[in-house]
Amino acid sequence: MPAGLRLITQRLIDLLFILFGVSILTFLMIRLIPGDAVQIMLGANAEITPERVEALRAQVGLDRPLVEQYFVWIGDLLTGQFGTSLWTGRPVIEEIGAAAVVTLELSLLALALAIVVAVPLGCLAAYARASWLDVVVRVVTVAGITIPSFWLGIVLLLIVFAVAPGMQTFGYVPFVEDPLGNLQIMALPVLSVALPIVANLVRMVRTAMLDSLGQDYVRTARAKGVGESRVVLVHALRAALVPVVTSIGILTGYLLAGSIVVEKVFTLPGLGRLVVGAIEERNYPLLQTSILLVTATFVLINFLVDILYTVIDPRIRR
Amino acid sequence: MTAALKAWRDMPTILAVAIALVAVQVVVAVAAPLLAPWDPLYQDVVARLSGPSWAHPLGTDRFGRDVLSRILYGYRSSFLIAFAAVAGSLLIGGTLGLLAAYYRGWTDRIVSRLMDVLFAFPIILLAIGIIGVLGPGTFSTMLAIGIVYTPIFARTVRGPALVLREAEFVTAIRSVGAVDARIIVHHIVPNLVGVILVQTSLLMSAAILVEASLSFLGLGTQPPTPSLGLMLVEGRNFLALAPWDSIFSGLAILFAAFGFNFLGDCLRDQLDPRLRD
Repeated sequence: MPAGLRLITQRLIDLLFILFGVSILTFLMIRLIPGDAVQIMLGANAEITPERVEALRAQVGLDRPLVEQYFVWIGDLLTGQFGTSLWTGRPVIEEIGAAAVVTLELSLLALALAIVVAVPLGCLAAYARASWLDVVVRVVTVAGITIPSFWLGIVLLLIVFAVAPGMQTFGYVPFVEDPLGNLQIMALPVLSVALPIVANLVRMVRTAMLDSLGQDYVRTARAKGVGESRVVLVHALRAALVPVVTSIGILTGYLLAGSIVVEKVFTLPGLGRLVVGAIEERNYPLLQTSILLVTATFVLINFLVDILYTVIDPRIRR
Repeated sequence: MTAALKAWRDMPTILAVAIALVAVQVVVAVAAPLLAPWDPLYQDVVARLSGPSWAHPLGTDRFGRDVLSRILYGYRSSFLIAFAAVAGSLLIGGTLGLLAAYYRGWTDRIVSRLMDVLFAFPIILLAIGIIGVLGPGTFSTMLAIGIVYTPIFARTVRGPALVLREAEFVTAIRSVGAVDARIIVHHIVPNLVGVILVQTSLLMSAAILVEASLSFLGLGTQPPTPSLGLMLVEGRNFLALAPWDSIFSGLAILFAAFGFNFLGDCLRDQLDPRLRD
């Protein structure tokens, strides 16, 4: 078997194992709730009758043996039966899908903005190494990484209140209904999510560029008389982008964390609102399914980045 | 003592600045009750939503509570939660990583697989899920952050420990009959201190941000206990009237997280000769 194929097979086995582990942990979630999860779910509802408790228990599937519960649950999920939300009666997958679209749009726009801003800045920072500018870049990027994105959102709101009081900052409209209105609503949230990502990326690009500027082929290019801008932009940057691509897997974590809290600042109906709402309403099945689906998506993204990495960089295949 | 003094003198300025910054922050966090001019829960009803003044240097919130005092107490609890979570995950994750690296085989396989699964969850989502199980609150937050960071420490320690295990000096010590526990504690752990310090510092910074995020979402510290994340969200509804608590509590979070991240960053450079100028 060629080395590349063997590596992909190995990764695929790892992937299945991790997905299995993730499903077990997520499955156990409701079962680990101290006390009777069904009683807690019904909460302060005045009309709790033993019949209702039992009906809900059966609906959530908590009345069967544990192992059987898992197989019924995972079987339903794998055949696309995600059930209906406990309180709204809408299909769970619809609620999660609608929320995921908002979070996904926010994350992708923020990532795109971050890449466009961070790659040139990172190159510049690498180039200005060991000068006073380097220290400035360092302090600014560390501050950028540690800026709470929800605070940034609030500060941006304050600035907009003062400068352009007429700007629409609340009230989500889907992109397909009103593209311009949607982008206007998303502008501040995207900026808030993107800034910490920019800071992270600048550092990654800087380190990768420093590494690749020190390589022999860069020296060779310079010795051949290749112009400085071509050396930096073509020879060094291309190699430097490999570690940057892999870091996108890590960045998706930051993107999600940023989006979830920033959604709350701007009252966007995304995944953050969905999961926090699910906890407040004690809608455990909705919480469980959301966590499982989002995590599975994450695992898949990381898997693809891994594969992409081996495709881009032939050194890894060996 | 003189050795410590010498180490301090030989240190690069930037690292010394970072250490001093974190030291000041720890002192502020510990001494918060002494520094706070007001009781953080006292409601000065007449002075509700007022701006900075002599009586209330950073203004008051919608209940007339002193913002500076609440920030100091919130700062303290952020530090405590982050510290407890990071210390716990270092202890458990670090030990698991060490054992996995040292004993290899099945121990390694089981520990590594378990850590891979925990690591697969996006940090914020796993923390939210754990709080979903335990119910919102300070203790849940601490536990959630602790669990989320456990696989990170396990990985941080496992890699370098695997290398050290095969190092010549370890083989030499083993050949003279040292027992496993002694090799691990006296010869492997001391060589991991650098990596652990860097990771601990960076994760302290991240934990402060996660704690603030969870409180901001209403899942962490519950009102009326002062918490930086909670102050941000409480102030959000009165932004146009009195942005003080939102602005200053956010700055406090930024300041707290910055110190540890900066320290971790400087330590990493110091320990990695390739990055040193």
